[in-house]
Amino acid sequence: MEILKTYKLYIGGQFPRTESGRSYVVYAKDGKPLANACLASRKDIRNAVQSARKAHASWAAKSPFNRSQIAYRMAEMLEARKAQFIEELIVLGNSKAAAEKEVKLCIDRCVYYAGWADKYQSIIGSVNPVASSHFNFSMPEPMGVVGVLACQRSALIGFISQVLPLIVGGNTVVVLANSAQPICAISFSEILATSDVPAGVVNILSGNISELLPVLAGHMDVNAMSLTPVDSQLMQKAQELAIDNLKRIKILDYDFNLAAVQGLRFISEFQEIKTTWHPIEQIAGSSSGY
Amino acid sequence: MIDAISSDQLSTILAQAPSIDQIGALERVARIQARSIKGAAKLQGLRMALSMIDLTTLEGKDSPAKVSQLCYKAQHLHDQADGLPTVAAVCVYPSMVAHAKKALGNSGIKVASVSTAFPSGQAPFEIKKLDTQYAIDNGADEIDMVISRGKFLSGEYHFIFDEIAAIKEICGPIRLKVIFETGELDSLDQVRRISDIAIAAGANFIKTSTGKIQPAATFPVVLTMLGAIKDHFDKTGQMVGMKPAGGISSAKIALHHLLLVKEVLGDAWLTNEWYRFGASSLANDLLMQYQKQLTGKYQSATYFSID
Repeated sequence: MEILKTYKLYIGGQFPRTESGRSYVVYAKDGKPLANACLASRKDIRNAVQSARKAHASWAAKSPFNRSQIAYRMAEMLEARKAQFIEELIVLGNSKAAAEKEVKLCIDRCVYYAGWADKYQSIIGSVNPVASSHFNFSMPEPMGVVGVLACQRSALIGFISQVLPLIVGGNTVVVLANSAQPICAISFSEILATSDVPAGVVNILSGNISELLPVLAGHMDVNAMSLTPVDSQLMQKAQELAIDNLKRIKILDYDFNLAAVQGLRFISEFQEIKTTWHPIEQIAGSSSGY
Repeated sequence: MIDAISSDQLSTILAQAPSIDQIGALERVARIQARSIKGAAKLQGLRMALSMIDLTTLEGKDSPAKVSQLCYKAQHLHDQADGLPTVAAVCVYPSMVAHAKKALGNSGIKVASVSTAFPSGQAPFEIKKLDTQYAIDNGADEIDMVISRGKFLSGEYHFIFDEIAAIKEICGPIRLKVIFETGELDSLDQVRRISDIAIAAGANFIKTSTGKIQPAATFPVVLTMLGAIKDHFDKTGQMVGMKPAGGISSAKIALHHLLLVKEVLGDAWLTNEWYRFGASSLANDLLMQYQKQLTGKYQSATYFSID
């Protein structure tokens, strides 16, 4: 007998069912029921943001090198389980070649952003010339908790391409997975759970985007949104709801399947630049003042 | 005041104490905890819970500045929201009472002082009396005393009774809350026993915990104490207050406690004259839930003052 798997949510390192008890059917390309997924509710968003907030301080404080290692570990785990993901992508309607290509690109992209984890600071940061006796420097800091509307056009590569640059940059995320095809993202949570990614750094919800996005966008404890194009009215509503706490909003309208759609900007757009004025003695110009 | 009672009388009180059906207690609180309060009732409950808070700071590092900051918070919970009450009281160590009294001025917010060598209660009786007197001399409106758990557990019930009665005598009209530290008392039967002793000895309030030990104000423990209050009221017509303290950090838990007291004791206890929450972080969660109810948006701790 064939048993449909129920794909659960990923919140705070756990795999809970939705608080609402609802579910929906995910269909394969051929129209056959493929699996049941959780139809998440606003309370699941609340729980996920709470977990992300709780995880943020210690995740942001980890050494960039450590974050790099963890991202690299994700690539290793994905490599080890790539057969499963290829199979899932095929069932969802991709050709075998396309599925293999996408998973390979996902692995490459994990490695790519793992490499950036301890380097982007030096590229984005700067020491600034100022006309006073200050040592003035600017450094990037993570924005905090980022709400992610995962690319609704791809099952896995969009998710990876949005989430990896956020977390190597020290943010924690709450992701709304591809609504019609959430299973790859949920399967990826099993990789997250076994890759030393601390609980709460990545939280993944499946469900109805038009129900969940406004709640996430309006949440006062979410600092930024990584959006991908969906229905324009919904996009506008999300952006209006995000105003109250001045969330940063980035709309990523890309074909993430292209090898070139990766780069420093995907990290830096979710960093705040902090400039510090550090008073210094005019060592060279001063006499022995003490 | 209450005179020392005879061995026989105390024995009678203890003999009459019912034994607590633990499974029954668990089931009853489980039913309470399964309930959800929404809409206007939730808003009212949140406001009520706020008005019942004894905003507490009991740390070794407490300083006059910290206390005056807490007192400011007590009076200005969240100025952005209209129609909020103030908390009921600020709860501090005896050494901080004078500072709190000054900071609260004529706001109507009470100053509660812990005493009797809080939190352990391990000090000579004379010192406990001095501790209490000092707090009162400095202007405390309410006294939160701890019982000697070691003595209680070794069965010296007369000692416990006499100690509470003696502190109540010092307090006079000042309201006395008696802290049991139920996390150290092992069983619900013990909780019921100490509740009866404290009430007989003149406690105005009975309070679960110091907040220093887990578990603290669990629902079965609170249910047991409410039962003792109810039996006393049914027998004598005298009301005794209840103060769960420790571990009540979320609005949801607080609302469930209010449900419990409403069910067991009735509406008369739903006022800060007879019901208090001992808490420090609860206030902000209540405020965040309150804002959430008003705006429909989940809130962030960033926009609420720490203390």
